[in-house]
Amino acid sequence: MIQNLVDGVLVGSILSLGAIGLTMAMHMLRFANFSHAELLSIGAYAALVFDGLFGAIHPALAQAIPPLSLTWSLTLALLLSMALTGLSAVAVDKLVFKRVRAKGGELSMVFASFGVAMIIRNILGLIFGLNPKLYSQDIVFAIVVSRDPFLLIKPDQVFTLVAALLIMFILHLVLSRTTFGYSLRAVAENPTLAQVSGINLSRMIVLIWLIGGGLAAAAGVFYGLTNQISPVLGRDLVLPIFAATIVGGIGSIYGAVLGGFLVGLASNLALVILPSGYSPAVPFLIILAVLILRPHGLFGEERT
Amino acid sequence: MIGVISYLVFFATVASILSIAVLGLNLQWGNTGLFNGGVVAFFGAGAYGTLILGGTPQAGQLGGFGLPYLLALLGGMVCAGIVAWIVGLLTIRLRHDYLAIATFGVAVAFETLMRNTDALGGAQGIRGFERPLRETLGNGFTYNLAFFAFVLILLIATYLFLERLIQSPFGRLLRAIREDETAAQSLGKSPSRVRLTSFVAGSVIMGLAGGLYATFYAFISPQDVLPILTFQIWAMLIVGGAGNNKGAVMGTFLIWAAWTASGWALSRFAPLEVQLYTGSIQFVLIGFVIVGMLLWRPQGLFPEKLVVSQSAKNK
Repeated sequence: MIQNLVDGVLVGSILSLGAIGLTMAMHMLRFANFSHAELLSIGAYAALVFDGLFGAIHPALAQAIPPLSLTWSLTLALLLSMALTGLSAVAVDKLVFKRVRAKGGELSMVFASFGVAMIIRNILGLIFGLNPKLYSQDIVFAIVVSRDPFLLIKPDQVFTLVAALLIMFILHLVLSRTTFGYSLRAVAENPTLAQVSGINLSRMIVLIWLIGGGLAAAAGVFYGLTNQISPVLGRDLVLPIFAATIVGGIGSIYGAVLGGFLVGLASNLALVILPSGYSPAVPFLIILAVLILRPHGLFGEERT
Repeated sequence: MIGVISYLVFFATVASILSIAVLGLNLQWGNTGLFNGGVVAFFGAGAYGTLILGGTPQAGQLGGFGLPYLLALLGGMVCAGIVAWIVGLLTIRLRHDYLAIATFGVAVAFETLMRNTDALGGAQGIRGFERPLRETLGNGFTYNLAFFAFVLILLIATYLFLERLIQSPFGRLLRAIREDETAAQSLGKSPSRVRLTSFVAGSVIMGLAGGLYATFYAFISPQDVLPILTFQIWAMLIVGGAGNNKGAVMGTFLIWAAWTASGWALSRFAPLEVQLYTGSIQFVLIGFVIVGMLLWRPQGLFPEKLVVSQSAKNK
């Protein structure tokens, strides 16, 4: 039970990072982006490649930072991967979504995002193979925190949680303290009025994809660090991340953070009563519950 | 020669079954503008429903009620309708992306439920279904031909039903809501009720397709209700032309032919180590087909014929 709680918080932090970008793009561009979770995969695989490169350049970089299995090279790779994934999100928008948007098909965007997800997921599978990969082949033993109740935590998980919270705190500072943050919130609230006030909408859209992609990459790397990397990572995470945005209310960044933790906790606590085979269905039950109890989520506003 | 013909019958049967599902999606998406991200859930509900209601009892499994075939098929359609009704009731009033996410979710949940619940077949699926009239027609070519005729009749019936429906006042109402919800509402129509009706009706048609599919193979398993099927069915509709029933059927035959041909070509000509990735290559191709169509020909190969009223023409 305690173990499930702790695991839930850890998974939740990863979902939160993924949900922030999704909720921003969904709110701004008004479509359910089914390809967002693939950005996590891109991030995870990009970091795998960069990690290998840095390790090859200087062996000292490939040393793990005890007690983690995380290496210096992976830390650098994480930052590079965040930038690269942000850029690929912008590129996908330029190549596909922007053009579909220009044709006026708001709903066609959802189709397009499915198509994009399919292409990215399977191309990753073709390049990296269908078998799961790991950042580190070393076995890092979990630390027994307490025996009664029994609680195991891996050092990597603690690092993931701290890093995720740190990233979210930085985002919070940016949103609440900078002109960029104000503009972003202005655009989210009323795009037309924001443009009248001299905010460049298309530049804001690019920035949203950059941030969303970067956060997704971090989430992907953290997921890879605590689980494994595989081409179906996006497929497995797309529904939980959507559930997180719906719990928080589409468009609410703080809602997405809270939603991620709630979905992570609920999914892990559900394992107490349900066999683990059923866990892919839990996010759907959460979505149903939210739609029944509070259709616009915790922080979402009513909008048609 | 007989081999070619029997393959063609097999191909046409599957394509006709899928056409029925695509027609159901066309009612939802093409005519009403409802995004269904979980076609497989309704297709699957029809398939499982039919086999459970019409099958012979199996140890440790629900069902085996052995109902007469047509009744079982109808029951499958009802199952699909009930699932659609529940999902629709919760989401249809909300923004369209909620429906997209909820239907996608119901498909994931459906597959998970079927895969893990042994009483519903589990990962092994449901077997032990006696195909109707098998004793009279035997198991060979005659049976397949007769079944193809049966499917074809149902396809034509569905097609005619939908053609009549979209020309009826209800069909006009659907398009009115799709084009301008507020205007329709100001005329005293209830968009959410009409949408729900269309969503459930489309899903029941998908359930029919699922029931026929399960009958054809006398077997259904979670492997048959993977998300890729939803995706294929969309590709068929988008390529054919959303809003046009003829286009929907043409698109189905075209995409299904392309899918089977690419699968065959890859298994025949690709080197052995590539064959493991046949699925991935096909998925990438179909992804490009969808994205490409949306970018360059969003109206499809057979666009919807928009009816322009007399007064608008004279302007």
